[in-house]
Amino acid sequence: MSKILKNQIFIPIAALLLLAVFNLIMDPSFFKITLGYNSAGDPVLSGYLMTILDYGSELAILAIGMTLVTAASGGQDISVGAAIAISGSVVLRVLCGRDHHAETMQAPIIVAFLISCVVAMIFGAFNGTLVAFFKIQPMVATLILFTAGRSIAAWINNNELPIVNEVRFSYFGGFIPGIPIPTPFFIAAACVIVIFLVLKFTNLGLYTQTVGINENASRLNGLNPEFIKFLAFVILGLCVAVAALIKVSRLSTINYSVIAKDIEMDAILAVALGGNALSGGKFNMTASILGAYVIQFLTTTLYKFNVPADALPAYKAVVVILLVVFSAPVVRDFISAQWKRLTKKGVTENA
Amino acid sequence: MREKIKTMFRDMSDTNLLLFITIVVFFLMYIGAVIFQGKGFLKPQTFFNILNANAALILLACGLSLVMITGSIDISVGGVTALVSMCCAVYLDYKGGNVFVSMLIALGIGLAFGLVQGLLIAYLDIQPFIVTLAGMFFARGMTTIVHTNPFNVENEKFVALKETRVTVPGMGSYNKLGVYVDAYVEIGVIVAVLLVLVLFFMLRYTKLGRNFYAVGGNNQSALMLGINVKRTKFFAHLLCGILAGIGGYLYFLHVGSGAPSHAQGAEMNAIASSIIGGTMLTGGVGNIIGTFFGVLSLSTIQNIVSSAGLDQAWWTGITIAAMLCLFLVIQSVVMARKKKQVRK
Repeated sequence: MSKILKNQIFIPIAALLLLAVFNLIMDPSFFKITLGYNSAGDPVLSGYLMTILDYGSELAILAIGMTLVTAASGGQDISVGAAIAISGSVVLRVLCGRDHHAETMQAPIIVAFLISCVVAMIFGAFNGTLVAFFKIQPMVATLILFTAGRSIAAWINNNELPIVNEVRFSYFGGFIPGIPIPTPFFIAAACVIVIFLVLKFTNLGLYTQTVGINENASRLNGLNPEFIKFLAFVILGLCVAVAALIKVSRLSTINYSVIAKDIEMDAILAVALGGNALSGGKFNMTASILGAYVIQFLTTTLYKFNVPADALPAYKAVVVILLVVFSAPVVRDFISAQWKRLTKKGVTENA
Repeated sequence: MREKIKTMFRDMSDTNLLLFITIVVFFLMYIGAVIFQGKGFLKPQTFFNILNANAALILLACGLSLVMITGSIDISVGGVTALVSMCCAVYLDYKGGNVFVSMLIALGIGLAFGLVQGLLIAYLDIQPFIVTLAGMFFARGMTTIVHTNPFNVENEKFVALKETRVTVPGMGSYNKLGVYVDAYVEIGVIVAVLLVLVLFFMLRYTKLGRNFYAVGGNNQSALMLGINVKRTKFFAHLLCGILAGIGGYLYFLHVGSGAPSHAQGAEMNAIASSIIGGTMLTGGVGNIIGTFFGVLSLSTIQNIVSSAGLDQAWWTGITIAAMLCLFLVIQSVVMARKKKQVRK
């Protein structure tokens, strides 16, 4: 029993079960999935669970990068929402060219995506440089992009709202004809597979954890901690580009001040819910990804109970605080001491 | 002479060195503004307008300086400001309440945030950034729960207080029609300046203030010197919360309305001013007077940007971020060089 409790993946699974039971009691129709047809006549699955799979995907992709950054640098990147705005803006800029309502795309989607990847990685590198080489706390360093990001995104498109009319572009955030499961889920799955292959066949995971646990020791062992931190931020940049493609594709356009708003909070929350120490060091990728879907589960549940979007952060903040309070070492020690005292009492009484 | 200057810089404490850089930068910038943007900046009223618009920011930045000196951080101040102005606005407008009670409400909200965040950070040892990030989202969320739409307060007594202007003798100027106009500041500025002075003396001459520096400079040594590290950190966050509450009220007094979008990005401006004012993020270094000049520098830059015709919203964000980035790098370079010199 204690072995299960100690396993890191226990936390997100417990949270998931808790939410599921809550929904089951309140309204079992939450779990209903129906097969319907969308406006183009293609079969699609719909229902709250599908929404979670759909919208949790970009969160899961971000959680991958955020976990690495957290583990390596002991801090979090709070500029991911702004970075998504930038790279989404780049995608649209490339696709639409000069004409903001182009009937046909001016460039292939893959080119737009690759360019946005490069841009997002450059911004990731900017954050990484500040953190790794100038030794600025990650959250403060990324605060720079957090403020400037949406402004830069608006500036890229001259504050206009380009619209892509091509149907093919909407596949990434919607459904591919004939497949009833939302595409973002497949993209997320692909990202997850890639990161697991990377973790399995390279030393990235090991090195990242080493740097996070003790930077000086890792340097003495011949690692280059600056480069590893830098790399973590660049990888997060790549994740941001993928998430941005999905986000932009959903709308076929962009709203600079609203797109991916507060997503940094969700991504950090996903990492925390996965039981990863927010102060860096060891990490568990599976738990983080699961955490991301649990967060989306929570969001969808709150939406279902008619919580307005603007008020959502307040509820999530309470969850975060509860989560960090219960994972704080001081509180854990206190609880385990109390637990021991209780069980001891039980033993002596029995005797 | 050169040698003398060199030794002077070497013997300066970190705090004074960074304060010196800040003040020099501010004056250079203001002189630059006068030269390139014409005579508008020469009028004392322009300077007082900068103060009027930023009284709240001064207090927020002071609160942040306190927590940053102890090596912590607080990003909830913007959210608290929005929450305070919304709560006070709703109270004054819907209940017809009196102004004094609304001040108490502001103080209470600030105190509550400071208390909870301080407890969590100092005594439960949770990362300050996470706690205050949650605080920020909580405050923003609560603001929309209290009231969704922006609205102006029409309570007579409050409007009277808002319109109260204190003339500054001897600083007036002639307007375009040749009529002499007295220079004025709003009440908020006087409150802010008084609090800045109080905080300055507190940091410099009281035990608590000196403990802040000790804890931020080196946690372990402070502990060994018998300083109650946890309590010191707690007080820093408590003070920051209270200052955010008062700052929020000053903001409310300046704009006279409540809206969920109020003080958007204020935490960023406050952190930026504090850093520009020479507070080190790593803790142990900082000065309230520097923070005051930091706010002035930041808003002067904003004024320059908007009077240069680049008044699209995005330029402000980009310039502040660029300036913050520049100062962070300067700090990091200055400190690295200083360390090298000491080693020699």
